[in-house]
Amino acid sequence: MVIFAASALMYLLLVWAGGAIEWIEIVIAVLFGGLISIMAKRWNPNITLRHSWLNPVRLLRFVVYLFGPFLMALIHANLDVAMRVITGKINPGIVRIPTGLASDGALTLLANSITLTPGTLTVDADDESRDLYIHWINVTTETPDASDICGTFPEWARRIAE
Amino acid sequence: MVAVIGILLGIGLIFNVLGTVSLYRFPDVYTRLHGTTKCTTFGSLFTSAAVVVYGIARYFEGFEGRFFTLSLHVTVAILALLISNATGANAIARAAHRSGIMPLHAVVDRLAEDEKSRGRRVS
Repeated sequence: MVIFAASALMYLLLVWAGGAIEWIEIVIAVLFGGLISIMAKRWNPNITLRHSWLNPVRLLRFVVYLFGPFLMALIHANLDVAMRVITGKINPGIVRIPTGLASDGALTLLANSITLTPGTLTVDADDESRDLYIHWINVTTETPDASDICGTFPEWARRIAE
Repeated sequence: MVAVIGILLGIGLIFNVLGTVSLYRFPDVYTRLHGTTKCTTFGSLFTSAAVVVYGIARYFEGFEGRFFTLSLHVTVAILALLISNATGANAIARAAHRSGIMPLHAVVDRLAEDEKSRGRRVS
């Protein structure tokens, strides 16, 4: 139901051009929302959405995180990879880092943040031990901590989504 | 306004070009993913930001609703870009590793070691 409402509203937001919305667009929104929610339900029948995402403090923290540490890391790391593209100096490898995050949402947020900051790319996640396998473009140690790869991101992920 | 948009477009263009050049410079699929998914994400963020600035500036000139919705739609597009680009890169890397493409020149490959110790085939 949440997925249905979210996708229908997103469609209406994207077709809204300042004036009134035609009735045919509402019909299309309902059709697509229904299709997407049925697909999500069939793909993962016990899908549940936790209400902690609606907590305004967490949402505020998410916005602060997005424009604070995440943006800084994004800029710094992009310049780093841009220099590597020009000079061609790479030292790649796949390392394993412990995260210690319990909830799936926090792990997804952390994995996506790591992937978006260049130089690190999440390849796989271990569901039991909650570890992430990271392809690292400049391996400095073979057994890094989470702080070597992504700084304070796990702390933020825990505070936002757990 | 024109200067701001020009600077944003310039930065975005530089990063997009570097991301494309990395396809030729880097040796294997994982390092190429670094260049293409991230430099182009960063570049596209800047080009999208240029559109947002343009929309907001034009909106405050004549208060036409269509420029406001233009900015709104591009903001939604930026969010979709951030989520889908990271997820897509993750899916490609995982699929590549599972189908047996090992990282070239790798110093260490913990994932292959762990898969081997679990008894899965790693080609």
